[in-house]
Amino acid sequence: MTDALIKAVNVAKVLGSGAAEVAALRGVSLELNGGELTLLMGPSGSGKTTLLSILGCMLTPTAGTVHVCGHSTAAAGPEDLALLRREHVGFVFQSFHLFPTLSATDNVRLALDVRGEPSRSAKVRSREALAKVGLPHKALAFPRELSGGEQQRVAIARAIVGNPSIILADEPTAALDGENGQAIMKILAGIAQEKGRAVLIVTHDPRLLPFADRVVHIEDGRIVREERRGDKQQ
Amino acid sequence: MPLVFTIAFRNLFYDRLRFIATVIGIVFSIVLVTVQMGLYLGFGRTVTTMIDHASADLWVVPRGTKCFEDPSLLDARERYRALAINEVAEAIPVVIGFADWRMSSGETTPVFIVGSDLRSGGLQPWNLVEGQVEALSAPRAVAIDRSYFDRLGVSGIGSTAEIRQQPVTVAAVTSGIRSFTTTPFVFMDVNRARAHTGIPSSKTTYFLIRLSPNSDSNLVRRQLMSNIPNVEVLTPAEFRERSRTFWLFSTGAGAALFAGALLGVIVGTVIVAQTLYSSTKEHLNEFATLRAIGSSRRYIYNVIVCQALLSALIGFSIAALIGAAIVQLTAATALPIIITPELLAGLFLLTVVMCVGSAIAAIVQVTRIDPAIVFTR
Repeated sequence: MTDALIKAVNVAKVLGSGAAEVAALRGVSLELNGGELTLLMGPSGSGKTTLLSILGCMLTPTAGTVHVCGHSTAAAGPEDLALLRREHVGFVFQSFHLFPTLSATDNVRLALDVRGEPSRSAKVRSREALAKVGLPHKALAFPRELSGGEQQRVAIARAIVGNPSIILADEPTAALDGENGQAIMKILAGIAQEKGRAVLIVTHDPRLLPFADRVVHIEDGRIVREERRGDKQQ
Repeated sequence: MPLVFTIAFRNLFYDRLRFIATVIGIVFSIVLVTVQMGLYLGFGRTVTTMIDHASADLWVVPRGTKCFEDPSLLDARERYRALAINEVAEAIPVVIGFADWRMSSGETTPVFIVGSDLRSGGLQPWNLVEGQVEALSAPRAVAIDRSYFDRLGVSGIGSTAEIRQQPVTVAAVTSGIRSFTTTPFVFMDVNRARAHTGIPSSKTTYFLIRLSPNSDSNLVRRQLMSNIPNVEVLTPAEFRERSRTFWLFSTGAGAALFAGALLGVIVGTVIVAQTLYSSTKEHLNEFATLRAIGSSRRYIYNVIVCQALLSALIGFSIAALIGAAIVQLTAATALPIIITPELLAGLFLLTVVMCVGSAIAAIVQVTRIDPAIVFTR
């Protein structure tokens, strides 16, 4: 166990205003540690995505504090938050969000390009990342030429290519069949073991439970239960 | 290849129809601006063609003369006052004026007469393709441009006509001396020019001053102005500028050309802005993804500006080719469109500014983007 890579304390988030105001999070405290794969589970509207957005430095909390790799997000502006994401967080999205006009390599390379990494080394690292997720042969393929599972692997390669300490995944298997979902989870579980990375996965899918070190249950904007699992599948 | 360029390039070509619309917008706009500005340059050059081809160090003109075609007159005897100045080598009288040219068929058409002392070589016809300047010394001899043969009802050297009921014979033919007023120039000796325009022998329109070698033209100019009343003494550059300013700005012709060019810029800007905006809107998800994975705003702006620059480059290249074709097509007309390297560079700069300026709306849209939308789409 290492120091917490993300530490959220008593986080509240109010969305909307006036009559449309909704308390999406009500005093959530959560730590994500290196080497752990954490599942965040809860029904629709429970605040999972809002919490993921706050932990991923896309939103700032209305109240409470969040520290990402030791950096507080409290006074951070949009560009400071972008910098935190760039340096410390990798994202995997439910609908992949790959650029349809870019090859698999270039989609992965994007994560390095936004950091200003030179093209040549970025290409090498992107191909390595694709090899790591089992797609070395699809380096030049465009998203339309890839299956859903392959597209999600490219998205994972994009998330890990910059060696971020934290991987946040939003329903990464929801758009995939069972077999591809299991394959993706194996990759993510493997990533969590590397270099003390923290992996947080938002999901509804109970089939992912065997891959988790920890499961956090959220309902109505509050964490209602947390369990550690000792029978994790590798 | 930098990814910013790749993304911009692919975004641009992703929707080919929109890309074609963008390019057509830029091409239309830049061709319109090119034509207007090329006409401006062509007009500016054509209105000074006589001044450009006169062999003079200074021009003595009636006070208040606005352009070469101004009909004000000087006293011809002032020539001797000019020649009284040591540094003045020659003071060559030039007479200009409108007259009617009667063809052998009886039809008439207006012409613009340019008369000069042919022995001194003041303002002689140039680009001669038939005959010699010396032939104009013969009685009734005139020189005209071959592009006006039909208009003047002649077929070449030896053809005859009448000006102010006096017979004239074509003794020399030029090529490419066109008048922007579409009124043909007719060159002749200065004394016959007076007779054909009705200007008394005691009058002249201008004196072309030639200086002795190593003369101080500013000093001579001051002396001329003090020796001769009611005249202005202009350098060729000043007379050129005065004529140009009169025709382009006092007549409103220049304003009309500039208004046309401005219209082109506005149309181009609106089209490019609209297509860039809709392209950005269509790719909003991708820009949000870029933002989500930590790109700075500047990175995204670079993509949009790169798209604008690519559009500018492609649109300008096509417009430049069309412009070159128009230059060829109008080269032999009375009002040729002229594109100079400076104009071309200016147009390229204008295209770039127009396209990058058009990206502002798209950039504003991206500035407001919320990266968290990637979780909900």
